[in-house]
Amino acid sequence: MSAPAASLTDAQGSAARPSRFRARRPRAPKVRVAHPGAILAFVLPFGILFGLFYLVPIGYAIYESLLVIKREGTFGAATEVFGGLSQYVLVFQNGPFWQSIGRVLAFGVVQVPIMLGLALLFALLLDSPLLRGKRFFRLAFFVPYAVPGVIAAIMWGYLYSPNLSPFRALTENIDFLSADLVLWSIANVVTWVYVGYNMLIIYSALLAIPTELYEAARLDGAGQLRIAWSVKIPLIMPAIVLTAIFSIIGTLQLLAEPQVFRSFSSAVTSTFTPNLTVYTTSSIPNVNLAAAFSVVLALATFILSFTFLKFTQRKEAK
Amino acid sequence: MSTMIPAPAQPRRGIRPAQSKSPQVPRAQRESPFARGGALIVMGVFTLYFLVPIWWLLVAASKNRAQFNTTNPLWFADFSLFENIGNLVAYRDGVYLKWMLNSALYAGGGAFIGTLIAGMCGYALAKYRFPGRELIFNVVLGGVLVPATALALPLFLIFSQISLTNTFWSVFLPSLVSPFGVYLARIYASASVPDELIEAARLDGAGEVRTFFTVSVRMMVPALVTVFLFQFVAIWNNFFLPLIMLRDETLFPVTLGLYAWNSQVNQIPVLRDYVLIGALLSIIPLIIIFLLLQRFWRNGLSAGSVK
Repeated sequence: MSAPAASLTDAQGSAARPSRFRARRPRAPKVRVAHPGAILAFVLPFGILFGLFYLVPIGYAIYESLLVIKREGTFGAATEVFGGLSQYVLVFQNGPFWQSIGRVLAFGVVQVPIMLGLALLFALLLDSPLLRGKRFFRLAFFVPYAVPGVIAAIMWGYLYSPNLSPFRALTENIDFLSADLVLWSIANVVTWVYVGYNMLIIYSALLAIPTELYEAARLDGAGQLRIAWSVKIPLIMPAIVLTAIFSIIGTLQLLAEPQVFRSFSSAVTSTFTPNLTVYTTSSIPNVNLAAAFSVVLALATFILSFTFLKFTQRKEAK
Repeated sequence: MSTMIPAPAQPRRGIRPAQSKSPQVPRAQRESPFARGGALIVMGVFTLYFLVPIWWLLVAASKNRAQFNTTNPLWFADFSLFENIGNLVAYRDGVYLKWMLNSALYAGGGAFIGTLIAGMCGYALAKYRFPGRELIFNVVLGGVLVPATALALPLFLIFSQISLTNTFWSVFLPSLVSPFGVYLARIYASASVPDELIEAARLDGAGEVRTFFTVSVRMMVPALVTVFLFQFVAIWNNFFLPLIMLRDETLFPVTLGLYAWNSQVNQIPVLRDYVLIGALLSIIPLIIIFLLLQRFWRNGLSAGSVK
C-alpha cells in the first residue's frame, strides 16, 4: 500500500466520457498530431519501463501458470510442457491456499473498518474547533507511517513477547503470539502503521470543503456531531472509498508482517497468507504452481477492489 | 458524484491561517467544555498508542545488554546509545552501513528517476492530444490496482532467465515504475499548467522538452514532491521484491538485512541488540524527509483527493 488519495472513480469517469462522445460524432478528418517527437520523448521512458516491469511480468506469470513439469522416468531431465489449466485445478484443490485467503478476508473485514473508522474520527476531530494543538497530533499520529512494515513488525514482536516486553504484566497473562490471537496481533501492527496515513488523506479532503457549507448549518444550531455526520462525511465519501480500496489491496497482499512474526511465533505457518503461500511454493521450487497462485491472487484483488468501487458508486447514485 | 476540482485552482482553509483563525477562536469557546475534554482525552490516549512503541525502541536502544531486562523498560538507565551505535556500525565490517546506503540508493535514486519519468508521461497525457492517449491512461490506471507483490514472482522468473537476479538492478529497475505517479502528474498538470504559458514559451522559440523542464516542472512541484515521497517510502519499505531477488547480503536494503538478523536471534543472541538499534536508526531518515518536505506533500496530497 503506498498511494495517497486519488480519485480513481472520477478519473475513470472523465476518461471514459470523451471516448463515448467521439463514437457518437461523425468521424472527424484526421488531424496531424502536433509535436509527435516531444510526445514520444515524454511518454516512451515510462511506457517502456511499464511494459517491461508491469505488462511483461503479468503475461509471463500467465504463461508459466499454463505449464507443467514433465520428467522422463524418476531420474530423467525435467522439461516444461503445456499443461492447460491443470495448475489452476491444483490451486482450487489446495486447502491451505484457500484457508489463507479466508484468513486475510477475516482480517480485512475486522481490521479495515476499525482502521478507517479511527482515521475518520481523528480527521474529523482535527477538522473540528474542539481541538487545540492540531499540528502536534497530526504529526504524532503520522510518525508510524515512517516505520517500514518489517521494522514495525519486529518492534511489536518484542512488545508482545512474554519475557522481553515492557508490558510484561499484560503479555505474561495474554499470549498475543498464540494461534488464536496472532492474526489480530498482526492486525494491530498494520493498524498502528496506517491509521495516521489514512487520517491525513481524509483530513486533506475535509480541508477542501468550503467553510460556508457548514457555517450555515452552524447558524441553524447544528452541533459538531451533526455537522460531521450530515455535512462532512457525505462530502468526503470518495476519499473514504479510496482509502478503503487501497486497504483491501494491502490486506490481500499481507506478507512482510507475518513473515517477520514467523520468528516470534510458531503459529504463523508458511502458508499463513496468500503471498506467503506464493513465496513458499516458489522456493520449493514449484514456479508453475506459484505463478498460478499469483495470477489467482492478483485477479481476486482486482475483482474485489473493482466490485467495491462499483458497489459504492451505485450507493452514492441512489 | 462529486466533481473533482484540483487543489491549485482553489484556495483552502489549510493554507490561509490568518483568515481561518480569527473566526475560529470565538467558535471554539462556544463548544461545550465536555466535548472539548472528550476530544482531548481521545487524542491523548491515541498519542500514547502511536508514540510509546517508538519511545520504547529509543530507550531499549540506549541500554547495554545487562540493563535491557533489569531496568525500567520505559525509562533510560546508563545512556549508552552512541556506544551501541558504534558497536552496530563496526559489526561484520560495517554491513549495517552498507544496507543503509543500499536503501538510500534504491529509494532515493529509484524515486528520483521514477518521479521524473512519471511526471513527463503525466504531463504529455495532460497537455498534448494524440491517438491512444486515453488508452494509455486507462492501462496505467489499471496498473494502480495491480498489487506490486503480484509482480515480484514473475519478475524473479524473468530476471533469472537473463541472469539478472541477485544484482542491484533486479531491485532498482522495477522500482522505477509508478503508475500512480503518472495519474497524479496528469491530474495536477492539467489543472496547474496553463496552456497559455506553454504557448508563450513556444512563441519565444523554446522547444517542447525545454519548455517542460524550465516552465512546466516548476508549476508541478507540489505534485512531483508528493510522487517522489510516496515512491521513496514505497521502495524503502519494499520487502517482497528484495526478499525474492537477493541472496548476496551486501546488496540488501536495510529492511531485509534487519529481517535476516531478526530471524537469527535465537542462534546469535547479540543480534537482538543490533536489531533494535538498527531499527531505530532506520526510521530516522524517513522521519527527517517527511518533516523537511512537509509543506510540499501536504498540498500535493490534497491535489489528488476528491472535493
